[in-house]
Amino acid sequence: MDFSWLGDPFYQEYLIEGFINTLWLIAVSAVGGLALAVLVAITRLKAPRPLALAVQGFTTVMRGTPLLVQLFFFYYGVGRLLEGIPGIQDSVIWPLLRDPFFYGALTFILSVGAYSGEVIRGALLSVPPGEREAGRAFGLTPLQVFFRLWLPRAIQQCLPTLTGEMILLLKSVPLVSTIAMMDLLQAANIIRDETFLVYEPLMLIGGIYLAMTLVLTLVLRQVERHFPGMKPERGRGWLPRRSLHTHGEAP
Amino acid sequence: MNNLSQEGLADWAGPILQGALTTLEIAVLAYAIGLLLGLIGASARLSPWAPVRGLGILYSTAVRAVPELLLIILLYYAGSQALTALTNAMGFSGQVSINGFVTAVGVLAFVQGAYMTEVLRGAILAIPRGQLEAADAFGFSAWARFRRIVVPAMLPTALPGMSNLWLILIKDTALISVIGYSELFFTIQQAASSTRAHFLFYAAAGVIYLAMTLSSTALFARLERYLRRGQPTTEEA
Repeated sequence: MDFSWLGDPFYQEYLIEGFINTLWLIAVSAVGGLALAVLVAITRLKAPRPLALAVQGFTTVMRGTPLLVQLFFFYYGVGRLLEGIPGIQDSVIWPLLRDPFFYGALTFILSVGAYSGEVIRGALLSVPPGEREAGRAFGLTPLQVFFRLWLPRAIQQCLPTLTGEMILLLKSVPLVSTIAMMDLLQAANIIRDETFLVYEPLMLIGGIYLAMTLVLTLVLRQVERHFPGMKPERGRGWLPRRSLHTHGEAP
Repeated sequence: MNNLSQEGLADWAGPILQGALTTLEIAVLAYAIGLLLGLIGASARLSPWAPVRGLGILYSTAVRAVPELLLIILLYYAGSQALTALTNAMGFSGQVSINGFVTAVGVLAFVQGAYMTEVLRGAILAIPRGQLEAADAFGFSAWARFRRIVVPAMLPTALPGMSNLWLILIKDTALISVIGYSELFFTIQQAASSTRAHFLFYAAAGVIYLAMTLSSTALFARLERYLRRGQPTTEEA
């Protein structure tokens, strides 16, 4: 084992940049993805039928195809098409559209939106309708009923599953190294190519991911514990089971 | 331009179908081996002997906490280096390059086994204790108890989890393209870069994977109905 390259400031810089990009990507994708998930869930339940069916198609496709394929589709497929639009290269949004981070975040947001959207939809369905009717009877507007009553009650039900989804998101981040984004794995790949050391860089980021998973699990467990009305399950391992992604409904 | 890309798709249809077949072969083999590893892992985790239990926990926890892509790359290099060391020790010199197919199956099975361990452990724990005690009372041997009682009783519970893992496995086979073995997605990447019709080919890849996952979902639904035969049905709301 040779870890002397850790002292090299160049490699340190790669690793730190990769680490920061990884954290950013998780944060952006989690926030954007969960917001999209709520939208997906309520659209499937309440929107007019054609729209609801379209959203169902979207979740089926996102959950039925590999994330890596989606990443390539958006970055190489859609990205190259955008390149061809006349004048776009001079526009203000071009720097954004050239950035692999943009495509990584876009793909992850859509993916989290689809997977978690199904989870939230199921949870919304399991809230007894009487509670919503009670809210209406007390004079809340439909919007207030949704945001103050229906959605919070649903999230109580599915919070453990959603935390599992966030861990899966964390573990998907290394995929962006394939579209030339500087994440931890890309940093390790560069170090491997330059030092000819195969295991050490990969093991280092393996350890970093192990630590990140542990920290995220503990943080999310605190969230679960402090969410109003939650009684955390006892005796769960620190790593949630792989959630019931595709089960429960034949698309 | 449109004409050109149409022609490209037809030209590549053969290799792509070949790739899809390879992907299915990898997935089926990795699933079978992963199932075996999962059974071993689950029995280790349920073992009365603490060191064995510890090993089981270490396997399922560590593998599930590290990203699959990272594990695949790591095990790919580790596998070939370990084989090289082994053959060198046996007196052959030189580098061994292991078959990409074997690596792909091995790596995916190893990861799959860790998730399967948890699914099977949960399902075995859900078997009512009395059923196992009844088997013991009737003098079943350990093997007969496993085959006649444990497996049929746990399968219906384990099946939803197993079906999820199969779907995840199909999608994870795309990661194999990163280590350069020409399964479906690697072929697609070659097709896309040689015809420059990226959008078309990646969309086609999506359609093929979707066909695989959707047909698997339907098959697993039928299998579950079959395994649950004779069980009391609950009226679905």
